[in-house]
Parts: sequence; structure tokens; C-alpha cells
Amino acid sequence: MGTDDMLIDNSRNQEQLDLNYLKLYYGKLFPHADMFKWLAYGHDGKHPGCDQSYVGRREFSFTLDSDIYIRFQSFYSSSDMEKAIKEKCPVKIDIGPVYSVDPAKRLAYGQGGDNAFTPVERELIFDIDISDYDDVRYCCSGADVCSDCWPLMTVAIKVIDFTLRDDFGFDHILWVYSGRRGVHCWVCDGKARRLNNEQRSAISDYIRVYKGSENSQKKVSLVGQALHPFLSRSYTEVLRSFFEDKLLCTQNLFLNEERYEKILEMIPDECFNIVAVTSELRGKWMDNKRSKDDINTTRWGHLKHSLQSSKQKAQGLRRCVEEIVFAFTYPRLDMEVSKHMNHLLKAPFCIHPKTGRVCVPIDPNRCEEFDPAAVPTLSQLLGELNAAGLTTEGEDEFDRTSLGEAIRYFRSSFLFPLLKSCKEEIEAAYNTEIQQSKNSMSW
Amino acid sequence: MEIVRSEKKSTSSNEVNADLVTALPLYRAAPELEVRLEDFELYAIDRLQVLRGISDGLSRGRKPEEMEKLVKKLWKAHMRHAHAPEALNKDIISHFVLRLVYCRTEDLRRWFLSMETTLFRYRFRVETDDVQRELMTEFNLPYKSLSNAEYQTLKDKLSQVARSTGQSLPTADSIFFKVPFEEVPELVATRRVYIHKGNAYVAMSQVVSLIVTHFRSYLSKALVLTNRKWTSTIREQEKDRLTPIIEALSTSYLGPDYSQPSDTTEISLKDIDQLAKTSFPLCMRHLFEKLREDHHLRHGGRMQLGLFLKGVGLNLDDALAFWKAEFTRKVGAERFDREYAYAIRHNYGKEGKRTDYTPYSCQKIISSTPGVGDHHGCPYRHFSEENLRAALGRLGINNRALEEVMVKVQNRHYQLACTLTFEAVHGTSCDAGINHPNQYFSDSKKTMDSKKTMESKVKVTNLCFMGTHEFHTLQGHLNTHFTLVVSKSYFFAECFLTVLIELRRPAKRFC
Ligand SMILES: [Zn+2]
Repeated sequence: MGTDDMLIDNSRNQEQLDLNYLKLYYGKLFPHADMFKWLAYGHDGKHPGCDQSYVGRREFSFTLDSDIYIRFQSFYSSSDMEKAIKEKCPVKIDIGPVYSVDPAKRLAYGQGGDNAFTPVERELIFDIDISDYDDVRYCCSGADVCSDCWPLMTVAIKVIDFTLRDDFGFDHILWVYSGRRGVHCWVCDGKARRLNNEQRSAISDYIRVYKGSENSQKKVSLVGQALHPFLSRSYTEVLRSFFEDKLLCTQNLFLNEERYEKILEMIPDECFNIVAVTSELRGKWMDNKRSKDDINTTRWGHLKHSLQSSKQKAQGLRRCVEEIVFAFTYPRLDMEVSKHMNHLLKAPFCIHPKTGRVCVPIDPNRCEEFDPAAVPTLSQLLGELNAAGLTTEGEDEFDRTSLGEAIRYFRSSFLFPLLKSCKEEIEAAYNTEIQQSKNSMSW
Repeated sequence: MEIVRSEKKSTSSNEVNADLVTALPLYRAAPELEVRLEDFELYAIDRLQVLRGISDGLSRGRKPEEMEKLVKKLWKAHMRHAHAPEALNKDIISHFVLRLVYCRTEDLRRWFLSMETTLFRYRFRVETDDVQRELMTEFNLPYKSLSNAEYQTLKDKLSQVARSTGQSLPTADSIFFKVPFEEVPELVATRRVYIHKGNAYVAMSQVVSLIVTHFRSYLSKALVLTNRKWTSTIREQEKDRLTPIIEALSTSYLGPDYSQPSDTTEISLKDIDQLAKTSFPLCMRHLFEKLREDHHLRHGGRMQLGLFLKGVGLNLDDALAFWKAEFTRKVGAERFDREYAYAIRHNYGKEGKRTDYTPYSCQKIISSTPGVGDHHGCPYRHFSEENLRAALGRLGINNRALEEVMVKVQNRHYQLACTLTFEAVHGTSCDAGINHPNQYFSDSKKTMDSKKTMESKVKVTNLCFMGTHEFHTLQGHLNTHFTLVVSKSYFFAECFLTVLIELRRPAKRFC
């Protein structure tokens, strides 16, 4: 017992994943049945409209502790899946697309050459990673994340969740903490799952504002007499206040010359007489006289005033102030993940092998409250399980741990409404088909 | 469609529906016409000239207005016919012939689909509103225009979108269609429409995007069906008549196939650093250097460089060794084997669907969208001016050439910029222009090793397009080593000679 306690205390030092712990987790806590229910999308039901082959055509892939990576696994029942997971004890489970045929039998079909084995459905997914924000955060870099930079993820969730629901009309959206440095988003509506690659690209491009690679400076370019309604809504409802009330000060964006020069460089020179404006600002900021106001807020005030003063505004159509705010706060997507149907994405409720934290769902309506440091770790959960003693009849093990809240949220806010609409969709499709076959007979 | 050999004057105008409102057909069904075998082929070649010109325009990053002009010009030059009904026949016949030609592989289908769709788009754009609505009806599109009441509630948002994209402001008379956003992906991608609860509000001036989506999806399905017919019956039935023509037609315009490295050009690991310096185009050289520097590349970069290397002849074992040597230093050997090796084998068709992946063309690279941390893409398109100048400087090209390259870049002629770079680096001219990184590489190697030039040029049995003068020069060279059989030739107005040449090596070399 003594050594175990030690390990639990060391959890913040990125413990190596203990396989015995992981076995216990898969045995007692991992919500196998809920996951399977989700991915069956109602086709595991009794209705004659159900496609019994559906869930068995879904690809799962396991990363084993021995560094073996097994792709193209498929399961026909919840107990099949549970058995395989418990047996193989994967350190990571990835979920791929639903294929035209059972991926485990793909080779039998692959020879035909007529694209018999091809992805046919896949959730629309997004992957946002804090390490893509390294040029706009001064607190951490790479995989590290703290309470000063995590809010960038919160902003990403708000902006993207809003557009997915309001613009694109999706309802069944699951946000998940990636376990370390970012968030994943699964859009599970039927019409999202059936999008083709071109439509996926279109959505990603619609959302994307941040352009440019390592080799170009132009990052955000906003032109035109107005912003698109989606961008102006994101700006006025989320980005502006986040930038001015939070990020400006927490990241000390104007703290010293190096930092404010970086911002001055973002002002496009076609905009107006950039030399006059920037030299005036530099002059103001050189004498670092003490003031009771926050230096960042003051300097941002100066900059905004210069850029928005009437004689400058008349020229050019570039929206310089918005560009700076967008550059610092707007979500940065890993486009490749969202554009193609065949990308794999880590399953919710996996344990991140480096941090030991569970990939728990995040409620987009309460995403400000989400604290990655408070996410339960594997060892913490098992500690709680030990402390709670034996379960009574009809009680789930996870209910006695801090995973309970996450699973209850998953069910009530995501899974149950999703299954309800899947059932309706299956019934409606079935009725239409019946109707059509009747019609064709009467002709 | 009947194909006949007879010399009789084929289609007469009364066989075509003379009431047709528009000269823009939707190609819903093959025409009930008799086509002379000569027309079958010549019409197809004329249409190919148009599609080829479109492909060229796209790869040069032409703006929509420029494309519109280009398509008009190409159409006039190649598809015109003295009699209007005959011109319409030619349009329909050539389309259906090329469907047959380009239905046979995924790559051919993709190319044809993209070019025909572009052609359709620019022909549709110039039609009047009335004709456009007529065509929408013909497509059975179920969309109704917004009622005035609906328009009033959305007016502000619709104007906002118009102002954000510089379109003219809508008025009460403007026509808008409410369509599922899935049907107008290009308008969604560029935020040129207002979207609410899954519906996009498409202005009459944007209807082309909507109809193009339908045209493409219809043609895409049709091509798959044609392919089935081709493999199941036509190929065999027509093996003495149409099949040879069809097979020759498709290879003529797609350029060489870079997906299979030719055995003569296999490269080995030890030469790769040297070759990267002398013969890689800038995009690949940049990726190569970044990989050596960071011991890592993100997905887009791995695909772009990996397939290129496959194309230049790096075999699978060497490719695995090459990537592993670098990635191991960053992520460790185990993680490499687990996460990256699969994809490399996949590129070589050893995993997954086992289809060979083709190296990216310039067009594909230019239209990619590198994000943060990415190094792939086309440097001429995606680098900042400063970074591009520095990169070109490192290639050692002189100032004058550098400025010429930058002018091309400013005019968004990225492939021409690359061509000029090639010329500056190699000190030779490159008249054909650069269309593919692997072509850059092979042209560079050819220049470096001029002795091998002839040999690699004549490897193919193919339809080639070249100037008369060039042809005679080539013929002179070839006759010393090869037997040249000219089986067919066409002359075009522009003095271009097209020959189907079959090059036979002297038999003794093989026996
Ligand atoms: Zn931080």
C-alpha cells in the first residue's frame, strides 16, 4: 500500500502509465456500454429500419503498451468491444470512420479495385491544440498549459460551438479534453456524419481565419467594408472582451519593447501612414513612467485610438484593430483533421499516457469553469474507488469517484438526446422508404 | 450514340432539338446521332485542347475574370463550327467521347471532372439570368426564391455579407435562394453567403456555385457508370476500332505518370543530400532542409515530400530508413515505428487500401493550405516575400533573375516563377514550364547528365505534342539509335504537329 500512495502523490510529475491501474480502470470505470451506444447511433435497436451492420463497420484502433499499433478493429456488440479492451488494455483507443464494409475484412474487398473499402460516414471533428498558439502566449510553450493560457481553449470552444449550432444547425456536439494540451470536438448529427470531404473542407475554411505557415507573416487578414456576420458576432460577443479584459493583462502583451514591437508589426503598411503612427506610439511608450493603470490596457488604448482616429480610418479597408484581436484570440484549427473522413481521433474517456488524466467531456455552456488541472487522474480515481469500499446493488462504480459527474454529463447532455433523434431519424427514413415502395408499386 | 465509318455527311440540323433555348447542354444523355469515326477523334482532340488550356490556367492561379476570358477564347478557337446546330453536336459528341476516354481510372476521372466542371462554370456564368433560371429548371432544382417577407427579416444579414465580400447590395427585387449549406461548399468556404441553421442564402449572382455542384455530382456519378460499361462491354466490343483511339487519347494530355519511378532513375540514400541541392525544386528542398534541421515534419509536409521522393525513385526500404533516421532523433524509434512507418508504407501502397499514391502536382501543392507549423505548400505562393527572397538567395541565383522571379510571384504566376528559378539555377531554358515537382527533378537530372537525355525521352510510346522543328531534330537524334514509326499525325492551325510515335529500340539490344 505504501508504494501505491507514493505513486498517487507523484501524479503531477507525469507518472508513467501503470498498466495495472489501467486494467482496473477498464475493468471498473471505463463506460464501455455508453461508448458503444453512442457509436451505434440507434442501429443496435429492434426497429426494422435499423442497419445491423452499421456499428460493425466502424474502425477502432488500439495503441498497446508494447508500442504495437493495431488498426482496423471492429466490434459487433458492446460486450465484444469491452472484452477486447479489457484483454488488450490499450494505452490509447482511436476511433476512425464507418466504412463501406467491416474494416477487419477489408482485404477481402480491397482486391476488387472498385473502391469497395471506403469510408462512408464519420463525425465532423475538430482538434485544437494549445501548442499552436505559441507565438501569442508568453506563460508557457509546447505541450505546457496553465490557467493563463487555457482560456484560449475556452474561447475556441465558444466560437466554434456557436457557429456549429447557430450557422450550420448541428445539435449533437461533444467537446472533450484531450488529456493534456487541447480539446477535441465531435459533431455527431446524422447530416454531419454524412458530409463528404469537400463539405468538411468548406466548413473548416468557413471557420478558419488564421492563415499562413511558419514561412509567412500575414496571419490574419480582414478586409472589406464589413465583417461576415459570423466573424462580427464572434468578435463582439467573445473575442473583444476576452482580449481586452483578460488576455491583454494575463499575457502582458504590451509589457516591454519586444512585445509591443511584435504588435506594431502586425499593422499592415498599406493601411495608412504607418511610420507616423508607430513612431508616435513608440515615443509615448519609451518613457516608462509609472502609472496606477495597467500598462497593457493603457498602451492598447493608445494603439486603438491611433488606428481608429478619423483621418486614418478613411483610408484603406483593412480592419487593423480587429486583425490584432483575431490574431491573438481566434481559434486555430488543425485543418487536416477536419477535412478528411478517414482521420482517427482519440476516444473520449481514454487516459492520457503522459498526464494520467481522463479525457473527460467539457460542457460548452460552462466551459469557463473547466480547469484542466482539476481533471481526475487515473491514480486519483483508483484511490477514490478504494476509499469508497464495495458498491451496493445497482450502483455504478464510477458513481463513487469524481468520474461520475463526467459520465452523467455525457449521458444526459449528449448521449440521450442524440439517441432520441437517431431513433426518430431511423423511423422517418424507414417510413419514407415504405411509402416510396408503395408508390412505385401503384405505378 | 452510333459511331459509323461511312463518309456520308453525318448529323443534319433537324436531328437536334432546334427549340433549345440555350447553347449550353447539360449532357444528360448521349445523343442519338451518327458520328463519323474521324469526327469522333477530332472532336475529342479539339475539346481536349480546351480542357488542357483550362488546366493550365488553373495551375497558373488565374483569377475568375481571367478564367472567364480564357475559356471564351479557348472555346472559340477549338469548338466553333460554321453551323450552330453542328457546333452543339460537336459539343455533345466530344463530351461523350472524352467521358469514355477519362472514365477508366480514378486519376483520369478526377482530372476530367475538374476540367469539365470548370468549363461548365464559365460557360454558365456568361448566360443571362433567364437562361440560368431555365437551366435550373432543367436540373430539377427544387429551390424557391425567398418571399418578400422572408427577405425583410434577413435583409440586414444579407447586406452585411454583401458588404464583407464587396458584392453589390441586395434590394427588394433581388432574388435569393434558401439552400442546404452542403450544396454550396465553395460559397461556404469563402464566407460569401449568410448561413443560418444549416441553410445558405444564395443570391442570383451566385447561383452558378449551386448549379456547378449539381453538375459535378451528376457527372461524377455518370463517369463511374461509364467506367462500368467500358470495362464490362465497350472495351472488348470496340477493341479494333475505338479502344486504341481512346487509350491513346487519355495518355496524351495528362503528361507523364510520376507515380511509378522508372527503373532507370532509382536513387539511393547516399546521393540524396547532393540531389536535394542540385535537383530538388524549392518546395521540396525547403521540406528536406526543414526535416534535416528539425528532425520532424507535420502531416502535410510528410505527404508532399514523401510522395515526391517515391516519385524520384527512392524505394520503400530506403524511404523508411530515411524518415526513421530523422524522426528517431525527435520522437524515438518506437514512436516512429508505431505512428509514422505505417503512413510511409501506405504511400507506397503496402498498407491500407494498397492503392499507390501519386506524387503531388504543382497545382495540388499551390492550392494546399499550410497552417501554423507547416512547411509544405508552394514557396512562391505561401512564403512571405522576405522569406522567399532569402530562400532564392540561398539557391545562389543572381539578382536580376531573382527580381524576375519576384515579378512572376507578384502576378501570381507561381509555376512560371518556379520555371524561371529552374532556368537560373541550371543555366538552360525550360520551354515546357514546370508543372510537377517530379518533372522539375527529372528535367534537372537530364540537364545535369545530358548523355542520358535522349534515352529517357524516348522511353514512352505515347502521343506527344511538339513543334515541327523540335520533331525533326528529335527524329534526327533518334534515328541513330531507334526505329521511329510514325503511325498517325495531325496538323493544327498553330503549326503544331501531333504525332503518335512508337519508338522501338533496335531488337538486338534485347535479344
Ligand atoms: Zn500558460
